Amino acid sequence: MQHLIVLPVVLPLIAGILLLFRRQWAIQVQRLVGTIATSLLVVVGIALVARAAGGEVTYYALGDWQPPFGIALVLDRLSALMVLLTAVLALGAVVFACAGDDARGSNFHGLFQWQLMGINGAFLTGDLFNLFVFFEVLLLASYALLMHGGGKARIQAGVYYVVLNLAGSSLFLIAVGVLYGATGTLNMADMAVRLGELPAERAGLVTAGGLMLLVVFGLKAAILPLYFWLPRAYAAAPAPVAALFAIMTKVGIYAILRVYSLIFGDHAGPLANLEQAWVWWLSLGTLVAAGAGVLAARDLRLLVAYLVLVSVGTLLAGIGMGSPSAVSALLYYLIHTTLITGGLFLLAELIGLQRGKAGTRLVKGRPLRQGGWLAGMFFVGAVAVAGLPPLSGAIGKALMMSAAEGSQRAWLWPVLLGTGLCALIALSRAGSTLFWRSQGELMGQPLPRRQWFGVVWLLGASPLLVALAGPVSNYTQATAEQLAHPQVVVNALLNDAGGMP
Amino acid sequence: MESLYAITTGVLTACGLYLVLRSRTFPVVVGLTLLSYAVNLFLFSMGGLTTDGAAILDGPTDYADPLPQALVLTAIVIGFAMTAFVVILAMRARSEAGNDHVDGRQQEDGEDRP
Repeated sequence: MQHLIVLPVVLPLIAGILLLFRRQWAIQVQRLVGTIATSLLVVVGIALVARAAGGEVTYYALGDWQPPFGIALVLDRLSALMVLLTAVLALGAVVFACAGDDARGSNFHGLFQWQLMGINGAFLTGDLFNLFVFFEVLLLASYALLMHGGGKARIQAGVYYVVLNLAGSSLFLIAVGVLYGATGTLNMADMAVRLGELPAERAGLVTAGGLMLLVVFGLKAAILPLYFWLPRAYAAAPAPVAALFAIMTKVGIYAILRVYSLIFGDHAGPLANLEQAWVWWLSLGTLVAAGAGVLAARDLRLLVAYLVLVSVGTLLAGIGMGSPSAVSALLYYLIHTTLITGGLFLLAELIGLQRGKAGTRLVKGRPLRQGGWLAGMFFVGAVAVAGLPPLSGAIGKALMMSAAEGSQRAWLWPVLLGTGLCALIALSRAGSTLFWRSQGELMGQPLPRRQWFGVVWLLGASPLLVALAGPVSNYTQATAEQLAHPQVVVNALLNDAGGMP
Repeated sequence: MESLYAITTGVLTACGLYLVLRSRTFPVVVGLTLLSYAVNLFLFSMGGLTTDGAAILDGPTDYADPLPQALVLTAIVIGFAMTAFVVILAMRARSEAGNDHVDGRQQEDGEDRP
């Protein structure tokens, strides 16, 4: 199947257009179309991973314009993994939304598909300007999804989010402009080659452009000085949207990983790894700030939003260490944390639904009708996200800590373990308040099966990741190896005479 | 011409940045618009400024880089759509929160107390 690579972009696009064009369809039909399209995306994701697992880098030249001139979609192990991860997360979120969240506003399913299109496109593209376009696509859909259902808190959080991201987009364009002006290309592989033979007087320009890109990706990924938009936006968003947003910060992480490993790899001479020093210290700062936020949160959804920040800090620390083993560990942790925080957002919504007026605030409230089951799920999620054995968080953190070398250990170990302790304290306090300190009579309705499916689907990933730790970490190790040798991508794209249509 | 172009872009960016940092939504929207104008101008100049050059490769020497023009076109479309969206969002926030401050609260320094 030569057209397989473009499917993750085209499939949600068609589904989204169909859903928007046929708005008068009954909500059941819309749900069916949305769920089927997302399930197909999971199948496509599995096929892509199977194809990329061999280590071959393939590309799809849109309109048969061969790189470096046309826009190419590039498939390697990393992008295949991210597409599959997005699809799995989205399936849980979309099924959860089918229980009623999608009917609170208009066009939920169409926007959801377009958001998926933007995310998948950002993972697959091999062109810097195209990355900007797909960022805009996913942001546009996310603006509307964040405010799905309306309400004061959402609109307020939305204003911040939109204004910040628009300013970020401007900066992205400036950075792309600077890099194009200095190197004369936008194709990432071609740019990597040209950086190797860059005249010395342009090195300053490229450094400025490269670091501006770091600011933009840092804004998306929510690194330390740029994260203040995140907790409010994620806590205000509707639950299935917040769950999908768990992948959005990872888009920023992915972009940092991709751009700085491919363009600013070892071959770039004096410009090699120019992000490393910044990312390492900022990641530790993010971890500390997120740990404080986790302890201070007085609302379960806010707590989970800060847990997303903890994961961002941990992932960035992996990038800051830079060695292939650290990248492999961060990829394993990335799979784990995306699915678990997504699941926790959904679970928080379920708990809030059964507590009546108290909602997800961490105060004394009514007892829960299905408290036993919810508490069990919460326990699983908390153990996984805090990084306790036997679930996947512990494996991810252990991999990460064993990848640290020399003086990195002295910094990473206490900060990472301390943040884990903060998360543990905050989660056990939240759990005991939610499930044990209750008064009044039972109020809530039993929850629909679709919502349970969404939560179990995502949280169930944690035991699964433990059971399959061997194959998964083999794959992430191979991915890290591939990222450490950007020459393979360059060769596949630029020196390959026979192309695909 | 280069210096005039650079100064124009710089002044637009500075004004845009200043307005984005204001506390009311209307200046912020205007600031974002100015910022996107500045970025469009900047993108336009990134292939090098050429006067009287054909837009396509015409002969060996005298032509303007066509790629920035395509990029600017994309950026203009996206910027225009986003401005429209932000205007609607600002109006929505005004009606939901009852005032036009970006953070939804009245200013405390007494400047605009009713």
